[in-house]
Amino acid sequence: MTTDPDTAPALRLRNVSKTFGGVKALQSVDFEVHAGEVHCLAGENGCGKSTLIKIVTGVYTPDPGGTIELFGERIASISPTKARALGIAVIWQDLALFPHMTVAENIAFDEMVGVLPRLSFGSRYKGRVRAVLDRLNVPLNLDTRLGDLPIAQRQIVAIARALLGEARLVFMDEPTASLTQSETNALLDVVRTLSAQGIAVVFVSHRLAEVIDISERVTVLRDGELVGVYPTEGMTQFRLGELMTGAQLENVVRAQDRSGARPVLEVEGLTRHDEFDNVSLTVRQGEVLGLTGLIGAGRSELAHALIGMRAPDAGEIRLEGAPVRFSSIRDAIARGVAYVSEDRLSLGLIQPQSIADNTAISVLDRILGGLGMISPSRQSELVRHWIGELAVKIGKPEDAVSTLSGGNQQRVVLAKWLATEPRLLILDSPTVGVDVGARAGIFRIVRKLADEGLAILLISDEVTEVLFNADRVLHMADGKIVGEYDPHSTGVPELEARIYA
Amino acid sequence: MSLRDRIPAALGAETLPLLGFLGVVFLAFSLATPLFLTGANLRSMAFQMPVLGLLTLAMLVPILSGGLNLAIIYQANISGLALAWVLIQFGGPDASIGAFVLGTALAVLAGAASGAAMGAVVAYVGAHPILVSLAMMIFLRGLGEFLTRGGDISGFPEFMNVLGHGSLIGVPVPMVVFILAAILWHIMLKRSRHGFSVYMVGSNIQASEYSGIPTRRTLVLIYAISGVICAVAGLVMAARFNSVRVGHGEALLLVTVLACFLGGIDPFGGFGRVLPVAIALMILQALSSGLNLIGANQHLSTAVWGLFLIAVMALRWVGMRWRDRQRKGT
Repeated sequence: MTTDPDTAPALRLRNVSKTFGGVKALQSVDFEVHAGEVHCLAGENGCGKSTLIKIVTGVYTPDPGGTIELFGERIASISPTKARALGIAVIWQDLALFPHMTVAENIAFDEMVGVLPRLSFGSRYKGRVRAVLDRLNVPLNLDTRLGDLPIAQRQIVAIARALLGEARLVFMDEPTASLTQSETNALLDVVRTLSAQGIAVVFVSHRLAEVIDISERVTVLRDGELVGVYPTEGMTQFRLGELMTGAQLENVVRAQDRSGARPVLEVEGLTRHDEFDNVSLTVRQGEVLGLTGLIGAGRSELAHALIGMRAPDAGEIRLEGAPVRFSSIRDAIARGVAYVSEDRLSLGLIQPQSIADNTAISVLDRILGGLGMISPSRQSELVRHWIGELAVKIGKPEDAVSTLSGGNQQRVVLAKWLATEPRLLILDSPTVGVDVGARAGIFRIVRKLADEGLAILLISDEVTEVLFNADRVLHMADGKIVGEYDPHSTGVPELEARIYA
Repeated sequence: MSLRDRIPAALGAETLPLLGFLGVVFLAFSLATPLFLTGANLRSMAFQMPVLGLLTLAMLVPILSGGLNLAIIYQANISGLALAWVLIQFGGPDASIGAFVLGTALAVLAGAASGAAMGAVVAYVGAHPILVSLAMMIFLRGLGEFLTRGGDISGFPEFMNVLGHGSLIGVPVPMVVFILAAILWHIMLKRSRHGFSVYMVGSNIQASEYSGIPTRRTLVLIYAISGVICAVAGLVMAARFNSVRVGHGEALLLVTVLACFLGGIDPFGGFGRVLPVAIALMILQALSSGLNLIGANQHLSTAVWGLFLIAVMALRWVGMRWRDRQRKGT
């Protein structure tokens, strides 16, 4: 494709800022994407990517001072309705589709809603739906219920829906996060088709290989500030990772040799059909074992088997030498296993409930007073202790945990699990939704815990995170452990190349 | 914490406004009729409220856990039937205290078993509590109608009058039963591990499971305990009406839900306390007795209950807006 410098860009932001309370989510950011261009927006969680998308789509109002130009026209203010009318579409990670409706009904959804009730016949829109799918070059049965489709094809439906609404600028928020490699390739083909048809695509992804592959230019944000706009030609994943994480990249390998320490967790030949296959690993006292791989490699499923949330089909788990078979997470907790879930919002914490109750929830038997009743004084003592120990910044312990920032919430999760006095701590993607500054704080805690003798299994799909915080790194792919790496002798580019191969 | 903060904190944010409401209702009826603020009326109110109160306690904990128990009325009456059956076996009016104790045990067992069965289906099958308890309600009603052929069972021993109509140092015995149960409920919810689990399960059952809360056992226990308090309500009803009938108290089912929401129980679960619900019950009783005294139609008092709930919801909304504005101002 060619970008004519004389034609106005599809979208041009100048000096756009957004402040939430006192937090600057976006600071004087410039951003530009041309018609027919695939432009990547890169940055770590919490860098301002989604804030930027939400400003352009009218969800958030930017702070005064910036300008937004769409297709050469200066826009004073945008509402979600106006954004749609202007041809802006967002394909969110959660897709916002209706699983009970058919493919055609989902794609033509906007046709069917309106202020006035009216009849809607399939014949009226099916032809156009068919045309859109042909344009994307994907064969889909229009009458299939959306819920029966795999996630990759639902993505296509979401894209088709945007195209039917005559989208000229499409944002895609981590569209490949839950796709397999071949599904990803198919989706990237669709993106290329869009671009060839003159549609501007802004592509957000964590997978750097993909970013470099699909886009011509990449805009990097860090902590709400613009780092720069770079052509992807000649860009390496490692360089891009450095740009995203910036100077705070504490890329100091801290790995130590713990092979002499007593094993805490030994897993041998653990298998569960379709999830993980013949997995063997050992975590020793004071050791941080990193486990990385693509989403869908079976990492979280393995973790669930280790805490008794799903039963393995074959294999053995030994804890400090003794074989264990947990029938529920309560067994695991009683034996000193703690699990920090990857999904803090819906599994890690009970968001509407108080910080105090969230901290004490897993150790109710330790705060009992007379008659087996919960002692409020013991509870507040426990909460005070752990809030202080982990330096959680809170207002009052009675406040809902949802009022805290991502980093502080994750500290509450750690507090809750450390209160169980575990021997083995499983951290599943512990920095998801935690901003860059707070991540270092979380890992300082992790390091300290390991030095105090806790065995830690660190699961993460961010290569830098495992290389710089683990003592050894295992690579998992398609349910199998396919490699072990020593952070001292392995570089980020090397490991990334293996994972995204 | 200043005293001004501490009193609302101890009572809960809902309690003071509801007490205010109660005061207004009392004042209005006292001005309207001299019959309202009399010992006789207050005593009669104290005899009438406990059945609704006990049933409301049976409804409250399932709602806190994010569910509902639509079977409470029939659980209460089936429990009453169990008692009646034992009493009749032992001579009806001539039955001994021993027979009453046995009958009570059987009644409590019936309530607990029907509750635990619902809890088990909710917990292990994952069916929605509305469906499960609706099925139990229809089953128990059918079973009860079948066993009683749709009629009354009466002829209880003299001493059961104490439970229905007696007083203990001036306080009606049914009221004593309700107050004890309410205190027990308060302690259970605020201080026991089970109570803690109820709130957590009500907010997010999956996160509770991941945190080590025995969510399934909690659900079974919630509905079993709800069944037990239904049985107590059934005993009090049998004693008050001096008969058992499957349809006794049918109209109370949705009133218990109303009382829970008036008392500030979150309809989506996870938040709520016993004390405001108890005050809400007193308001409902005062409204109904007061309207009755000034000669209003009985159906009018039902209409006033509905209006009252709408008024409380509106005021809560205003209060929330006001608090939000204050917070933004600081």
